[in-house]
Amino acid sequence: MAKYSLSINGKKFSIEAEPDTPLLWVIRDYVGLKGTKFGCGMALCGACTVHLDGEPIRSCSTPVSTLKAANRITTIEGISANTDHAIQKAWIEAQVPQCGYCQSGQIMSAVALLKSNPNPNDEDIDAAMSGNICRCGTYPRIRKAIHRAADLIKESGNTTGK
Amino acid sequence: MSFETNHTSRRDFLKISGKTSALLAIGFSLPIAGKAEEIKKLDTSALSMGLELNPYILISDEGKITLFNARPDMGQGTYQSLPLLLAEELEVTLDQVEIRNTDGQGKYGSQLSGGSSSIRTRWMPMRKAGAAVKEMLIKAAAKKWNVSEAECYAEKAKVFHKPSGKSYTYGELVEEASKLEVPKDPKIKDPKDFKLLGKSVPRPEIPSKVNGTAVFGIDSNVPGMLFVSIERSPTILGKVISFDGSEALRIKGVKHVIKTERKMPHRAVEAVAVVADTYWAALKGRRALKIKWDAEGSDKISTDKYFENLRELAKTEGFEYKDDKAGDFAKAFGESAKKVEAQYETPFLAHAPLEPENATVWVQGDKVEIWAPIQGPDGLIPQVAGYLNIKPENVKINVPFMGGAFGRKAYNDYVMEACHVSKQIKAPVKVIWTREDDMTQGPFRPGMLNAFQGAFDAKGALTAYNHKIVGGSIQHQVFGNPLKNVPDDWAGEGSGLGDSPYEIPNRRQSFHLAETDIPIVWWRSVYASTNAFGHESFIDELAHSAGMDPLAFRLNLLADSPRFSRVLQKLAQKSDYHQKLPENKAIGIAIARSFATIAAHAVTVSKQGDGVKIEKVVSVIDCGMTVNPDNIKAQTEGNIVMGITAAIKNGITIKEGKTEQTNFHEYNVLRMTEIPAIEIYVVDNMEAPGGVGEPGLPPIAPALCNAIFNLTGKRIRTLPFDIDKIV
Ligand code: FES
Ligand code: FES
Repeated sequence: MAKYSLSINGKKFSIEAEPDTPLLWVIRDYVGLKGTKFGCGMALCGACTVHLDGEPIRSCSTPVSTLKAANRITTIEGISANTDHAIQKAWIEAQVPQCGYCQSGQIMSAVALLKSNPNPNDEDIDAAMSGNICRCGTYPRIRKAIHRAADLIKESGNTTGK
Repeated sequence: MSFETNHTSRRDFLKISGKTSALLAIGFSLPIAGKAEEIKKLDTSALSMGLELNPYILISDEGKITLFNARPDMGQGTYQSLPLLLAEELEVTLDQVEIRNTDGQGKYGSQLSGGSSSIRTRWMPMRKAGAAVKEMLIKAAAKKWNVSEAECYAEKAKVFHKPSGKSYTYGELVEEASKLEVPKDPKIKDPKDFKLLGKSVPRPEIPSKVNGTAVFGIDSNVPGMLFVSIERSPTILGKVISFDGSEALRIKGVKHVIKTERKMPHRAVEAVAVVADTYWAALKGRRALKIKWDAEGSDKISTDKYFENLRELAKTEGFEYKDDKAGDFAKAFGESAKKVEAQYETPFLAHAPLEPENATVWVQGDKVEIWAPIQGPDGLIPQVAGYLNIKPENVKINVPFMGGAFGRKAYNDYVMEACHVSKQIKAPVKVIWTREDDMTQGPFRPGMLNAFQGAFDAKGALTAYNHKIVGGSIQHQVFGNPLKNVPDDWAGEGSGLGDSPYEIPNRRQSFHLAETDIPIVWWRSVYASTNAFGHESFIDELAHSAGMDPLAFRLNLLADSPRFSRVLQKLAQKSDYHQKLPENKAIGIAIARSFATIAAHAVTVSKQGDGVKIEKVVSVIDCGMTVNPDNIKAQTEGNIVMGITAAIKNGITIKEGKTEQTNFHEYNVLRMTEIPAIEIYVVDNMEAPGGVGEPGLPPIAPALCNAIFNLTGKRIRTLPFDIDKIV
């Protein structure tokens, strides 16, 4: 066991865990944020996607020991306070989720995409989203909702999406 | 929805609805022994007496309205659609109510999400329950105002007196209403007056699915629970000879290493469970286990051998599905002028719902409480009660959202297994399957072979058609039906005379049972997915053999089936079927009815390198009257994606008793980069509602393969195939 100090969604957490514990299980079972999901454990499905300093990473394959106290970790719960990030609004408008299980990961990938590329074309979306599996097949709506969110951000002039 | 509140014991029931004195609850008695469902009033005294009633609507005098959903939601949308049936007739909107899932108790009737049945079977009963309560509330208001009921109407959870404009909220009326008799035959709305049904109302749980707050089975949390990972036999048959857990126990956090079992319907297999205070420790402990397995008999189990057996069985007669309109196939085939034959094979498939199987269970003496993503809580109760040898009323089930299921979560092995562990260690446990467990252990969609013969007479008319369905029977393996001298009556879905009304005077359909040790269960659209691939590919082959356009050939055979022809005509129009395509493009179609809904797809493909690219899918779906057209589209999109995956990605193969695919790198599914343009048209009509969760899947693989034939001349008869290497 070792002690780790983590910053998740702007809050500090101090936890004690085995160094090889994946960040996914730290987030879910130590910190208690259940929005981040387990789908494959092998960085194949994207259900566990969170942001590390704004970049999407697969938390199932990120040992807690590789993180530093200065790293900013953001989970689905940290995207907005009132479910009003442009991506979330567009997701609701397009009624994207079916079972919903993959959607936290999809949204984390999409939020990161729009941050680095506020006006993505279909190829950009393919590149950013192909690591996220949706077994329910919501891909057409995800694509539509990303384009819509890009428009929403443009309209609002607020590039953070919030 | 949260676990703490979604279970409704009698005490919770009163709590939910506010003051006990003025509770109005409406439900149905169970349709036992063929008795028609009748509407009964449920008052608090009935509740305290524990009458066998089925309450779907609760209204408290504070105005709180609770609607119950009796079909677990795996993404198909029942969390909205069933309450919406109540809300339409009750004159409330979904933002005025709280929705709760039922908990499996018998008084709620069948609660299995399966067979695309939720709306089909609940369409009238739910609406009547809503209408009955509305009538009572109107009557109560009229009485209070001392006016005629005809002058009153209900809207948005209020009753209004038209002439005066006065109104009461439902909460203000509930006490008076609860004293009234429940109307026996409440008047339901004329569909033209629907405000919610057929209108694509946004699903109420969607916000919780974009902000991480939706509670899935895997998110359940019971204070003091321990985490469990289980090593099950790596081969289909396997017994634990011995195991050594000493190294596992040395891992920090590991508390117990115990022998357990996985109880499937047809047999139990041995396993070793590692129990720890974190899931990671349980997984690490599992990796440190040393188990000696006796795999006796497993070496003889392989999917190759299974299919060899199917090919032999296809040479036999099988057992015929009886149908008076079937004519005499053998005679007509014998007398025909031209004969065509073909066989089609479809693989075993894993469901791979993105949320792996998991169950949180607490066995306490002769009681158990379960939190798990399950498709059928009502069926689980007697199973668990029998397994633990406790009373059914001591089994308490909490139904969260399922992160996908597709049939897998109607098979309760993972819940029973958690019961076995919790009982042994006398603590609440959460068992989570790894993706590898999910993929390798089954149960799977059974591999099938569909063999066809068709024949034309001298004038070129199609006079004879034979369809042999060869493969494993879910009914036989899961439900123990011996199927002696009879066909599996579930296995003909999607292609029998009832579902496929092609007018061919002599038709035969038979089932050929292949016994297997490989665990099997229904997989989205079940046999319709495998039948329709063969059936609709073979109809296409017959069209080409007759030198006819496949659409015209079908329309010819469907002249007396206007609903089918209309779907095909609409498909032709929307897909621009008759346009001249460039050399490197072609279109193919298929149509299938399953679960009382007709679905047809037109797939456009183009040449790309040595293979083919799926450019576009246009679909027409006729499911009769609709609840949420946008959700019908969503389900059809999902069916197209899952059906294409099943056609061109990996199947499950087993060698020497071991599944060869272990995770998404070996069992690939369609990703964003591979999605064609999709356009879906929902037919608007007044037919009785059909299913929606599955019917879009069966026709997609044959439509794709028919398109590929039109483009390349290559007929694909075995799934899956490599779409990048067609020529
Ligand atoms: S759970 Fe991390 S990528 Fe699948
Ligand atoms: S919505 Fe179910 S896996 Fe994506």
